[in-house]
Amino acid sequence: MKTLKSLGYLLTLPLILLAWWWIATSGAANFFVPTPAKLAETFIDTWMGEKLLTDVLPSVIRLVVGVLAAIVLGIGLGLAVGLNRTMRAVTEPVFEFFRALPPPVLVPVLMLLVGINDGMKIAVIISGCIWPVLLNTIEAVRSIDPVQNETSRSYGISGLSRIRYQVLPSATPTIMAGVRQCLSIGLILMVISEMFASSSGLGFTIVQFQRSFAVPEMWSGIVVLGLIGVALSFIFQWCERRVLRWYHGLKEVENAV
Amino acid sequence: MQSNNPTSHAGGRTLPEGEALLSVRNLKKVYRTDAGDIEAVRNLTFDLGRGELVCLVGPSGSGKTTLLKCIAGLLGSTEGEVRLDGEVITGPPKKMAVVFQEYGRSLFPWLRVAENVELPLKNAGVPKAERKVLVEQALEAVGLAHVPKSYPWQLSGGMQQRVAIARAVAYQPEVLLMDEPFAAVDAQTRADLEDLIRSVWKKLGVTVLFVTHDIDESIYLGERVIILSSSPTVVQEDIVIDLPAERDQLETRSLPRFTELRHHVYAEIQKAKQGHRPEEAITMVVK
Amino acid sequence: MTEVVQERPRAKSLSRSPRVKSKGLPKPVLGLIGVLVFLALWELMPVLGIVKAKYLPPASEVLTALVADLGMTAFWVAVGETMTAWALGLAIAVVLGLVLGLVIGMSPFLRRFTNSTIEFLRPIPSVALIPLAVLLFGMKIESSLLLIVYACFWQVLIQVLYGVADVDNVAMQTARSYGFSYWQRVRDVVFPTMLPYLMTGIRLAASVALILAITAELLIGSPGLGNEITLAQSGGAIAGMYALILATGFLGVGINGVTRVVEKRVLSWHPSIRGEVTP
Repeated sequence: MKTLKSLGYLLTLPLILLAWWWIATSGAANFFVPTPAKLAETFIDTWMGEKLLTDVLPSVIRLVVGVLAAIVLGIGLGLAVGLNRTMRAVTEPVFEFFRALPPPVLVPVLMLLVGINDGMKIAVIISGCIWPVLLNTIEAVRSIDPVQNETSRSYGISGLSRIRYQVLPSATPTIMAGVRQCLSIGLILMVISEMFASSSGLGFTIVQFQRSFAVPEMWSGIVVLGLIGVALSFIFQWCERRVLRWYHGLKEVENAV
Repeated sequence: MQSNNPTSHAGGRTLPEGEALLSVRNLKKVYRTDAGDIEAVRNLTFDLGRGELVCLVGPSGSGKTTLLKCIAGLLGSTEGEVRLDGEVITGPPKKMAVVFQEYGRSLFPWLRVAENVELPLKNAGVPKAERKVLVEQALEAVGLAHVPKSYPWQLSGGMQQRVAIARAVAYQPEVLLMDEPFAAVDAQTRADLEDLIRSVWKKLGVTVLFVTHDIDESIYLGERVIILSSSPTVVQEDIVIDLPAERDQLETRSLPRFTELRHHVYAEIQKAKQGHRPEEAITMVVK
Repeated sequence: MTEVVQERPRAKSLSRSPRVKSKGLPKPVLGLIGVLVFLALWELMPVLGIVKAKYLPPASEVLTALVADLGMTAFWVAVGETMTAWALGLAIAVVLGLVLGLVIGMSPFLRRFTNSTIEFLRPIPSVALIPLAVLLFGMKIESSLLLIVYACFWQVLIQVLYGVADVDNVAMQTARSYGFSYWQRVRDVVFPTMLPYLMTGIRLAASVALILAITAELLIGSPGLGNEITLAQSGGAIAGMYALILATGFLGVGINGVTRVVEKRVLSWHPSIRGEVTP
């Protein structure tokens, strides 16, 4: 009974929206919006075949490689800079500028510097995604609790073991917040870099559909991007819940007081 | 019949060369701040013999925490030195463990209770099987054998401080430093924890230096109480607590001797607050 | 875009022991050194031939081009166009997000009822809408607005929902027992609690809005700085392109600074300037 009720909450609104869409489009033929049935049909015809391997998969691989590299580099660099007060002060204005720079402007720059290839697209993703991770890591390391530091010191936990046992775990909540932003920027940059300069990939294909006025195909491409976004978000939430179980528990206890 | 005045030293008691486990000599600490220098500790000299349980008591702001951090090797001294087993302390020594007042921040919230206790051992390279035994024994000793899998923040304040004590005990230190460890727990829990410290001290034969601002606590716990002056700090008096070895929250605290000692320490602290300073310490500074 | 999301209370024990004088040079000087080192590296890279000057002109050349831009009306017109799209899009998104967030947040039924739809629509990247925007509006400002509003709406909505959920139940029941109307409850109980969250949402949305304004201009060609960048690139005015890119960065720095000041001002009376939530 209870599961039935939650299922109801889960599905009712999406079903209402779907029905509304279906009724709104089924009357007269609408050039801009296909019917749900037409979209579903186009979606399967367009993407559930060769295109999945030639366009979707390479895009997703570039995204994953870029985002992972940005996370690793961001955390590594963030630890190095964050643990050193002088380095923090020296880099702050420059990093502050790069944080504020809208990442899409990096696309034309890297097209010039790297050329138009896979390397450029990954470079765009890395150079746009690294900032939230980097700056959040620096901030997290800067604001580490001094009592935790003294605890580590008094028990002889120093150097790499201190980073492993104390600094990284205590910085994880803030780093994860950066990773979440990193993911959404990464997805934006994946699409943009392909729309801007490419002859394959998801972004390129969708723009091609739009240019040739293949409207249902274009919509199906939007659906693919949406699905990737939703999938990334779920994967992230799953990881976050595992990595930060302690943190959410701690917050709950603190908020209950 | 006992004399009314306790056996005492003006200034800290020192031991002959080679007998002290921990010796503090002419320790001075000056903080250099943007607003000018602040002299927190002026001149401290005292010794701790092996196996002693000594309480440091002083008015608030008397540099107790500063002193403890200097002894723990967490802060460098401006002048003078601290020796452990004859060796000058320059950083946190291996044979020392510290229990901080802020248990909630000193325990790592991402580690479970047993993992918190285990971490210093793991870091020191103690083999896994041995670690397991030490952790179990330590948790048993503080009465927490039933919650190894809990996170510290799921426990009450008193239990969290027990975890911190277990962590220190498992580390098998020669000296256990405690910085007002019970200042943030309620009175009932506090009494239990005081008895826990006495029993751990007796069982393990560890040397304990216990910092507190609570006069009753210092007398109840200590075999010896060092009274500090107000800042800049010197040793006001160093007295022997001649109470029976078996202490009991009700009985010990209602002994006439307990009341006498309490009066004595209280009077000394009042004197300290009014700026009275023992002659000896002052002449040492002048020299 | 980048925001440090958890702001923890500052180290308490610093107040226990006196603040120790920092060694070495003061912070602004160190920061200046950092900027100069960065500019020097940039200047040297093309000079030493690490990258071709054709692709990365030296810093001096780009800065000169930027200064020249600052004297030109066309540049300021482009800045104005970008900022118009930014401000309009942000305003629409904030109003929509605030109103819907309040309505949904205040009803436990609506919260559960809309949850799955929100969680599904929110992660959809707004750039997925670029082809649709082109199809519907072409190179007009409406294209930018569509993308900006879509992206910013979720930022604001989510924060408002968190804020409303944070409202103290006892306070709410008290208000109800004293016969406060719906509108009075919103105004006197919900709104003050939610305000810090709303401000966070606006601050995050403000930088997201700039990203999408520039994106729309770069890709669709709606008027503004982004479009000028594309034009400079295709026209081979590489130093000019870099100058415009620097300009978008300074715009971002400015927006971050202003929103942070506004947030502080608005919340200065607030008893608890809260840490932000991770949505």
